[in-house]
Amino acid sequence: MNAISLEKINVGDTLPPLALPPINRTTLALFAGASGDHNAIHIDTDYARRAGMPDVFAHGMLSMAYLARLLTQWVDQRQLREFGVRFLGITHLGHQITCTGTVVERFEVDGEQRIKVEVRTTNQYGETKIVGDAVIAL
Amino acid sequence: MIDKKHIGRQLPTFLVTAEAGQLRFFAKATGETNPVYFDEQAARDAGYPNLPLPPTFLFSLEFQIPSNAWRDELGIVTARILHGEESFRYHRMAYAGDTLRFDVRIADIYDKKGGALEFVVRETRVTNQHGEHVADLRSVLVQRNS
Repeated sequence: MNAISLEKINVGDTLPPLALPPINRTTLALFAGASGDHNAIHIDTDYARRAGMPDVFAHGMLSMAYLARLLTQWVDQRQLREFGVRFLGITHLGHQITCTGTVVERFEVDGEQRIKVEVRTTNQYGETKIVGDAVIAL
Repeated sequence: MIDKKHIGRQLPTFLVTAEAGQLRFFAKATGETNPVYFDEQAARDAGYPNLPLPPTFLFSLEFQIPSNAWRDELGIVTARILHGEESFRYHRMAYAGDTLRFDVRIADIYDKKGGALEFVVRETRVTNQHGEHVADLRSVLVQRNS
């Protein structure tokens, strides 16, 4: 893990992507239990339809957890200073998510060298579902 | 409409202990392959005192708030909400066994599209059992009224 040399990171570098298996109902049931988000809209099709949705759909925070894996497979979590996302679209059953990231900025705060990484999730149709950024100390 | 009088409202402070079993379950549910997040020995070998909380897990612990009455009082309808944004600012790591204190505040309430979309912004400060600042969370919920 973390064999990369942070001193050699440059703006424009890309992170090793993280490809996930397709979202299925088991994924969502497990994540509901593990994450503490028991909102029935993610686990009960009848409830989701009554709420006007075609079916259950993925928790936004499941995708954010995948993006967190993208970051922590690249750098040690102790280097993570900030991490934020915007949820742009719904991740549905069958969507196969890939997490990607690009270094967009290098700067210094209080004597600490930091980089900003833009991250996103994209499904197999090329639709971006979540965008965000993370600040990492070098 | 969600009444804007709730802006600035502080929810009752609560304490949550992060449990190793829950962290292992979260690692399984997110397909985690890095053993520092589910194997205590790997975590110690990496220099952690115990299993670390992964970057988004504080959001999960916030679900353990003892009462969700504030949602009803604001007029939030669970079937109509979506998660709009989430962000974390990290100050120090937290580990299994830590008892974390959550101070949650309704930071803002606003609407768009003539009230068709309402937004509730929550800001949460997390401190540990030593009184040290662990992280700040900012959560934006969107309620669809159309």
